[in-house]
Amino acid sequence: MPEGETGTDNSPETTDEVTGRDRLLASLRRPISRGQFTVGVLLAAVGFASAVQVQSNERDDDYEGVRQEGLIQLLDSLAAASERAENEIAQLEQTRSSLRNDTDSNNAALAQARQQADVLSILAGTVPAVGPGVIITVKDPTAGVGIDQLLNGLEELRDAGAESIEVNNSVRVVAQTSLEDGDGGILMDGQQLAPPYTIEAIGDPHTLAQALDFTGGFTDGIEDPPVNGEVSVEETDVVEVATIREPQEPEYAQPVEEE
Amino acid sequence: MIAGLGLVVGILVGLLLQPDVPLWLEPYLPIAVVAALDAVFGALRAFLDGIFDDKVFVVSFVSNVLIAALIVYLGDKLGVGGQLSTGVIVVLGIRIFSNVAAIRRHLFHA
Repeated sequence: MPEGETGTDNSPETTDEVTGRDRLLASLRRPISRGQFTVGVLLAAVGFASAVQVQSNERDDDYEGVRQEGLIQLLDSLAAASERAENEIAQLEQTRSSLRNDTDSNNAALAQARQQADVLSILAGTVPAVGPGVIITVKDPTAGVGIDQLLNGLEELRDAGAESIEVNNSVRVVAQTSLEDGDGGILMDGQQLAPPYTIEAIGDPHTLAQALDFTGGFTDGIEDPPVNGEVSVEETDVVEVATIREPQEPEYAQPVEEE
Repeated sequence: MIAGLGLVVGILVGLLLQPDVPLWLEPYLPIAVVAALDAVFGALRAFLDGIFDDKVFVVSFVSNVLIAALIVYLGDKLGVGGQLSTGVIVVLGIRIFSNVAAIRRHLFHA
């Protein structure tokens, strides 16, 4: 309990000869005493504690003075906010995954379209092709080889699954290829070809070779009379079909739209 | 004089060091500070009355702080910590006011 418990407000200075103010001034003039030292230490403690408390209060007084109901309310609003944020996250993730799916399917469609374009361009002969196959050389010393024999050979090759065929390194055989008898050779796609004929075909080499080499087939048709030509078939791992054809825009035929 | 110096030094040290209040001390420190202030003002009044005794001051200072902390502790245990703290602050505030009134009469004769 502190001193000064009298509680009465009698004015001491009227009864005492020495007033309180005099005492205060005297103590200020006469600094060294045990009592003053003790008081100084305790006042230092009070000052230290006050300063520390004031600072800690200023530092984190965001929620310190908030009552329990207020804290609960704050917590509720925070929970609601985080729920909203989570909903938003879920929504955004959904959007992201759907976008990703879109991209994936687009990529798949693109890859498929590319593959189809590759297949079609090889079929249409608009790009050079390379692969295993056969190289057939037809020598024609008697000038007896005509389009019948060659057409027969080309059909046999196609039947055996030839994917890309080239004749004499100058004509690519495609769907529109035409064959005519010409002077001293044949006319293929309007181009004059002279013997010996070299037919390069990409496909399974063994199957292609077999397709030409049966009784009454392409080889027999050329080597037997009356043609008396000469056929050599070379199976190889690398056949290069370098000739390309300009793609032609169909003038009359239109694709039928699928429903 | 040394008393005033002590107060200034304490405040300065507190401001400069900026120590963190330990968690266990956090609820007690504000009440303890107010209780200590009450003791200080009581001591000043007693000094002006001419009945100041440093031993009494030390005892009253320490016991004020301890009792204030004890009340808060008890209140926390009983689940009425907030209300009890408010009560202690009110009582100490009233005492500080009455002490300051007496000091004022001494110093300003008013």
